[in-house]
Formats: sequence, structure tokens, C-alpha cells
Amino acid sequence: MKLLTHNMLTSHVKGVTKGYPLLIKATEVKVNEVEFNPKFVCRMIPKLEWSTLVQAADQLGHREELPGELVPDYEKNEDFLKKVHRVLLEVEVIEGCLQCPESGREFPISKGIPNMLLNEDEA
Amino acid sequence: MRSCYPTPVYSHAGRGSFQDVYEPAEDSFLLIDALEKDAERLLHMSCTDVNPAAAQCTARTASCNRVSLQPVITDLVESLLPRLCGKVDVLLFNPPYVVTPSEEVGSRGIEAAWAGGERGREVTDRFLPLVAQLLSSEGLCYLITIAENNPEEIMGLLCQSGLEGESCLSTRAGNERLSVLRFHRNQQR
Repeated sequence: MKLLTHNMLTSHVKGVTKGYPLLIKATEVKVNEVEFNPKFVCRMIPKLEWSTLVQAADQLGHREELPGELVPDYEKNEDFLKKVHRVLLEVEVIEGCLQCPESGREFPISKGIPNMLLNEDEA
Repeated sequence: MRSCYPTPVYSHAGRGSFQDVYEPAEDSFLLIDALEKDAERLLHMSCTDVNPAAAQCTARTASCNRVSLQPVITDLVESLLPRLCGKVDVLLFNPPYVVTPSEEVGSRGIEAAWAGGERGREVTDRFLPLVAQLLSSEGLCYLITIAENNPEEIMGLLCQSGLEGESCLSTRAGNERLSVLRFHRNQQR
């Protein structure tokens, strides 16, 4: 699970009003080199919850000096875009779980894939 | 059309630890053909499946073919809501469209790949209201149907939620009359 995916995931356990952001409890994290595409990163940035990304990267020990606030005019800031690229697409949680901030329900991550399925009594 | 891109490697699907995964067939290839011109927009993709084995199989397919694909095991797009609302540039759905008894719908195993219930529409009908929510202003949605699903009615339903669509590619595969429907937001001109 890349942090781009984590940024989009919400827990929908019955009764939960704010199942976002999910807490990451990782037992295995990998960093894979991915080809840098500044255009793609620029296109993704407006879709992100910035603080969630920074917090997630922090939890995994891969903050890469990402600033707490999104920098203005980032389109031309290659150094910044490279850091975002790294955190968004290269850092990957292989094993662990995601925890709902409200209900505490844990969603397993196995072989890099989060399982967000709910049991019938939770949905 | 398929000449631009090689057919993906998928020989692991339906075998070994992926025996509970439905192999790509004519419907999958028709969808690939319809998508070729969007290939540039599909740099990093998310995909979902309700069958954990299918999600793992997709991850394998992605790595065999050196593409970046992020599977999430979830029901349709449940866990990606509300974050993906208005943010999806290309939305693909190859639903379980086969007409089956309603009781066969709702499994999380291999049957989930085809069992569409009444008129083959039970899963598609849960998906349709999500399309208008998910698509970005320039977004496109591709949906596979068979004639029994009544594609004209589907286009009519999406029209009511402000989407415009057409059948962009059709073929006959055995008894199935397959079509790819393509939708975008109704742009006021």
C-alpha cells in the first residue's frame, strides 16, 4: 500500500462518523524506486489531504523533510516534487494494519494490499 | 487497435493460488481495446475487488506487466469514499453482468466475478449512482454491459444524474452481446 492509496481510504464501520485518516501500524515497509514524473505528481497534489500525507510519512519514519504546509508554486519546485514523489509512490507498507481512528477496528494489510471489507454486523 | 500495446501477461490467473480468480476473457479484452487512447492518463491506478484472491492476482498481473496498480479489497469503492468524490479521471468497471438467481449475488469468491442477479444488473445498479459522485470534471467512465442488462436504460439512468454516454465498442462473444459504454459529464456548451 502506497501512501497515495492511504490518503484516499476511510473506515465505514457502522456508527463511525469520522473514519479518517486511518492510523498506520506497519510491521514491514519497503522503499521501491519509481520513475519520477513531475506532471503526475503535480496532478495528484490538489487531490491530496496534505496533513494526512505528512502524518502518514512521519508514522513510517519517511517524512523526507516534507513541510507541514503545502508550498506555494510547487509546480516549478522540482526538489519539493521529488520529495512528494518519494513519499507518495516509493514508500510502501507491505505488512501491518490500518486502524480506524474512531472505532479502533483494524484492517489488515497483507502483501501490500489493505483489506477494508467489513463483516455483515459492522456494515 | 490492440497492436499499439501488447496483450498483458496473465497466465497466473485462474491457476495455483489464484484458482478462485476469474481469468480475463472477451469482456476484459474489449475493455482494454476501448481504453487504448486513455493509456497516457493511466499512470498510477487504484483498483478494487471484493475477492481477496483477485486483488492479489491483480497485483501480480501489474508487476508482471510493469505497471503501477494499487489494489484495495473493498466493496465497489466503499472505502475510497468520500475522498475520491469528484477526483476520478478514468473510472473502469467490468461488473458481474451475467443474469443469475439473486441468491448468487453478494459472494466474495469467484462467483462475484459474474453473478449479476436479475437482468444481470444488481451490482451495476449499486454502482451507477456512484459514477456522477466520483468523476472529475474531465472524467470518463467505462462500463461493460451485455444486451440483457439493457444498456439503453443504463444510459438513460446516468443521463438523469448529468452524465452523457454512448456505446463506444461492441462485440459478440459466444452468446454474449458485449458493449463498452463510455460516460462523461454533460458539458454545458
